[in-house]
Amino acid sequence: MKLMEGFGKYFLMLTIVFRAPEKMSIFRKRLFEELEQIGINSIPLVALMSSFIGGVIALQTASNMSNPLLPTYTVGYITQSSTILEFSPTIISLILAGKVGSNIASEIGTMRVTEQIDALEIMGVNSLNFLVLPKVTAAVLFFPILVIFSMGLSLVGGWIALVLSDLSSTETYIYGIRYYFEMSNVWYALTKCVVFGFIIVTISSFYGYYVKGGSLEVGRSSTQAVVSSSVAILVANFLLTQMILLS
Amino acid sequence: MIEVKHVNKSFGKTQVLKDISATFEKGKVNLIIGQSGHGKTVLAKCIVGLHEVESGEILFNGRDFCKMNRVERTSIRQEIGMLFQGSALFDSMTVEENVMFPLLMFKKMTKKEMHTRVNFCLERVNLTGRNSLFPSECSGGMQKRIGIARAIAMNPKYLFCDEPNSGLDPKTAILIDTLIREITYEYQITTVAITHDMNSVMEIGDNILFIHNGNNWWTGNKNNIISTENPEVTSFVYASEFMKEIKDSIIEKNKNK
Ligand SMILES: Nc1ncnc2c1ncn2[C@@H]1O[C@H](COP(=O)(O)OP(=O)(O)O)[C@@H](O)[C@H]1O
Ligand SMILES: [Mg+2]
Repeated sequence: MKLMEGFGKYFLMLTIVFRAPEKMSIFRKRLFEELEQIGINSIPLVALMSSFIGGVIALQTASNMSNPLLPTYTVGYITQSSTILEFSPTIISLILAGKVGSNIASEIGTMRVTEQIDALEIMGVNSLNFLVLPKVTAAVLFFPILVIFSMGLSLVGGWIALVLSDLSSTETYIYGIRYYFEMSNVWYALTKCVVFGFIIVTISSFYGYYVKGGSLEVGRSSTQAVVSSSVAILVANFLLTQMILLS
Repeated sequence: MIEVKHVNKSFGKTQVLKDISATFEKGKVNLIIGQSGHGKTVLAKCIVGLHEVESGEILFNGRDFCKMNRVERTSIRQEIGMLFQGSALFDSMTVEENVMFPLLMFKKMTKKEMHTRVNFCLERVNLTGRNSLFPSECSGGMQKRIGIARAIAMNPKYLFCDEPNSGLDPKTAILIDTLIREITYEYQITTVAITHDMNSVMEIGDNILFIHNGNNWWTGNKNNIISTENPEVTSFVYASEFMKEIKDSIIEKNKNK
């Protein structure tokens, strides 16, 4: 019952968020702030995660390949397909749900409990549109960039790990990456991460915007925001995989 | 002028406002007083539409706010300035950006005109030259004054102040009260101020509405509040022994005359 009510409130919120901004010049300014906050500031974390996980995927594949029947370029192929299909779009989004999601929920939640949102509404500003639309737009625009960046760095991470531990040569690894490379998988990954970016921002904003109480509740709602957006990402991932890959 | 007619408001099962009617006059400081938790803030937030009322009318110069949709409300909201209990300044913006915000959002002015207006408002609240500070770098009294500057930036017809001097020392508190009174008289604003501070009541209470348990319990002004017989009001006014003694001495004086 509570859950259904929550869903209703969430979709109602979306209808208020997605309206034309009151003033384009202010929207543009806010968008650039959010591109920095959500996008640029996430680059170090994404870089770190991607290069290490890419390295680990490559090493584990290489060390498990005792079967001489498998061609040596399999390592590159598997690293490529697993990062592009799942790791970069899904795992990176889950990590960003933690970073970006908690950030957004606590920012908007603090504005709620300190009456800053009331102050916006009093002036006649559509506070949901003003606060959330630039964030959603920034996430939808920048998540694909982050994910492409992550794919590239994972492959580089895998390459460095393999060469350092002498498990494969550069040529074989690159051959493996290019072997059976399907551009449609990249498009699939980008579609997914756009959806995930949307989910993270809107769900976290929802938890922040409707928080009641004080700083304790803000903390709680930001944890709740991360949990709920992560679950939503997993469910959406499952549905999207069914829809796109199996159709 | 703002008229409130038979307003009811509940949260869940608890009814916070019970059939409240009141009139707030133009060019006057209209006070809402009463004990903590008796519905003063809820009433103010209902009037400005931050809470939806269940029944009743709220008329801004005869226009029924409750019946309006979001777009129609926006035009009235631009005539409202509000100072919140915790100031509610945008903490990611400087003092100047805070005061300029409503202008940027709604006015078609050049950058230069906006700066002139912002500086005028800051000067009005004695904060000239503090443009580039952040709210976190300002004292409580300064934050209230920035809040007032932001509230008057759009030349409001209606000004709401929720406990404008709570958390301030007595001297700064009086400064804020005086500022609110001056601005009200100067620009002929309909001001509604919430307070539970007797100093403010005696200083600026042109009209007083006493809220008790969500009811309109008593109305009057600063002159007749000291002599009222209403037990709840007297126990509010003379809460401290000190005030009781003053009351007794006043009565004593009047007898001797
Ligand atoms: N958003 C809300 N949800 C539920 N109850 C509320 C809400 N806001 C205020 N109340 C309740 O309404 C009553 C009056 O509160 P309020 O108007 O803030 O008091 P005050 O007179 O001190 O300003 C309190 O009992 C408070 O708990
Ligand atoms: Mg209050």
